[in-house]
Amino acid sequence: MSKKSLHEKSFSEKSPIEGMPIRDGDDRVKTDRRFKWLCISIAALSVLTLVILLASILLQGVPHLSWTLLTSGPEPNPKEAGIRPAIFGTLWVCTICAALTLPIGIATAILLEEYQPTHKVGRFIYGVIQLNITNLAGVPSVVYGILGLTAFVSMFGLFKVKGDTSPYEIGARYYDQFFSEGERSILVPVDHFNSPTIKLTSGMQALDVDLNSVPIFIFEPGDPTPTDDQLSYSLMADAEPGRITKKSWYYFSLPLGRGVLTGALTLMLVILPVIIISSQESLRAVPSSLRAGALGLGATPWQVVWNVTLPSAIPGIMTGSILAMSRAIGETAPILIIAGIVYISRAPEHLMDDFTVMPLQVYNWIGRPQPEFQGIAAAGIILLLVILLSFNAVAVMIRQKLQKPLS
Amino acid sequence: MSSALPVDSTDEIRIRDLGERVGRLMMADQRSLAMIRAREIGIYSLLILCGLFSLLVTAAILFVLITETFNFFRADEVTIANFLGSTKWNPLLGGTKSFGIWALVSGTMLVTVIAMLIALPLGLITAIYLSEYAPKGVRGVLKPILEVLAGVPTVVYGFFALMTITPVLQWLHGGFDVYNATSAGIAVGILCFPTVCSLAEDALQAVPRNLREGAYGLGGTRFDVSVKVVLPAALSGIISAFLLAIARAVGETMIVALAAGSLPQATFDPREQVQTMTGFMVQMAGGDVSNYGTEYYAMYAVAFTLFVMTLVLTMFGNLVRRRFQETYE
Repeated sequence: MSKKSLHEKSFSEKSPIEGMPIRDGDDRVKTDRRFKWLCISIAALSVLTLVILLASILLQGVPHLSWTLLTSGPEPNPKEAGIRPAIFGTLWVCTICAALTLPIGIATAILLEEYQPTHKVGRFIYGVIQLNITNLAGVPSVVYGILGLTAFVSMFGLFKVKGDTSPYEIGARYYDQFFSEGERSILVPVDHFNSPTIKLTSGMQALDVDLNSVPIFIFEPGDPTPTDDQLSYSLMADAEPGRITKKSWYYFSLPLGRGVLTGALTLMLVILPVIIISSQESLRAVPSSLRAGALGLGATPWQVVWNVTLPSAIPGIMTGSILAMSRAIGETAPILIIAGIVYISRAPEHLMDDFTVMPLQVYNWIGRPQPEFQGIAAAGIILLLVILLSFNAVAVMIRQKLQKPLS
Repeated sequence: MSSALPVDSTDEIRIRDLGERVGRLMMADQRSLAMIRAREIGIYSLLILCGLFSLLVTAAILFVLITETFNFFRADEVTIANFLGSTKWNPLLGGTKSFGIWALVSGTMLVTVIAMLIALPLGLITAIYLSEYAPKGVRGVLKPILEVLAGVPTVVYGFFALMTITPVLQWLHGGFDVYNATSAGIAVGILCFPTVCSLAEDALQAVPRNLREGAYGLGGTRFDVSVKVVLPAALSGIISAFLLAIARAVGETMIVALAAGSLPQATFDPREQVQTMTGFMVQMAGGDVSNYGTEYYAMYAVAFTLFVMTLVLTMFGNLVRRRFQETYE
């Protein structure tokens, strides 16, 4: 019997239930086929979207890709504008952010997955923490920026700053800067920004511009002019100093202000729930037989975690963390809220230094009226996407290579 | 038998050595037992501290937003009736200040609705395709593409909206402003599309295989099985995915800051420019934030409104997934 005749037969048959016609088989197959093509075209649309997105950015950005872009600051002249301070800003912020977030995030995931409570109260608290983390993951990043603005930038106004410097600081040294008769800069260390000027005496040790110790010579207006070899480090007795501050890379002061550390802490709040949730999933994927085996050999809970669970879960945790960090690199809104739009022409030098990050610099350029800056913004986006895609590629590679089935 | 166990001096030494080593090992264990216990307790308390940190973050968000919003309402020019009842938002104009949140909420809603018109149906259909139809090869190509789309920073979508979508819209129809809600909405939709897709696909994949097999056994086509059997079974997960995507769209900042404009107005015309809640916050932060005037506190009041909206959506989304999940044994 051919296919067609079967079809005709089933079509002509009467329905077994009164008043309920047998549905046309051909019609159902047609619906299925139509739906399949709808699916395929929509899936193709998503591919097309990505292609258009990348193409439009490449078209606008590639002509502006240049060495200057990597090596110079955001100059007002589009020909000289670059993204170097922003690259270093991103590097600083994201490194500190990773160093702060990974331990706390993985520790929280271990607590929730590996130390299951037995008591009713404990289970309730765990439920609250878990619900809280799920909700934190849904909080818009701009709200974290607002939190950072109050909690880190001004620290609820708890630390009153009088004058130029904060009374709560470490890692800063102060100098009186003189300019010698030989046009050299001479630094005399002082205790504090507001300490009185030190009385200068001939023969005392001071510091030159590279902070090497040098003897200085003082002469009164009536004295004979110093010899040539003395001239570089000779000062008039009535020379007026300027007070300057040198800050180490770990310079720290309260309140935190709009510095690198604030940016890192704010981004930490943004990606902490992401890291916790992905680490929890990797820990959950470790088969419980491994844990049971270790416990049976007499291992303590932490020994189980450290020697058994964590090593098996580490590829998953790394993948999740890398993806979370790539999110931190691309995050703009919270940084914009805490740092504002300011002109930053150099890389940050210490924890409290002003900074900008790559996406914020791109945002800044998009907002400029000159059309050249749109092209530079596109070039900046290409750099940003290259970094993010390489992060994603590393994550995918770790997932493919290191993740072996454990059971 | 003594020949089987020859005991010469070297063996004696070896055995004594071994005995000593076992003894040392046992002594060592006994000695460190208290230390091991102390270490366990120490590590456990450290982990608990880390766990409590997330609670601290929530507490800090609530504390900051509530106190600063309170400061906002304490100002003379602000009334709760004006805030909740007016559609005029002029926080910066000296004489005629008005703080009607609806102007910003309507902007957010307009952008969100446009975004969801794109992201929800397309995301769901792609999820069905990936879960029920797609051959393995197509899946292997499509999934990474969706991951890349999900990983693109929002400022890039903002640039795309402003530089590509808007000119196309203006070319299609002359009435579009340079900054308009449609362009931002489309970009937010593209942003939310992978979120919807992956969450909905997870929900579809969680439906047990025997349901599908039963439906195929009854003579269902692929369409019948996926739309009439699998989809209803995964409905709670899909609704949860939708709600989470809406929350994401409501809180989206950089796209609307770049492409939606900065004119707060209660309009339903998608061709005009609007200002969203997040857009206002960015405008304030981009200007002079150290200004402690009423408009500075208005930023916190808007943030509080946004926080409440997204929190309700997220909580509801998670509740739906957990409560109404169909369980099959």
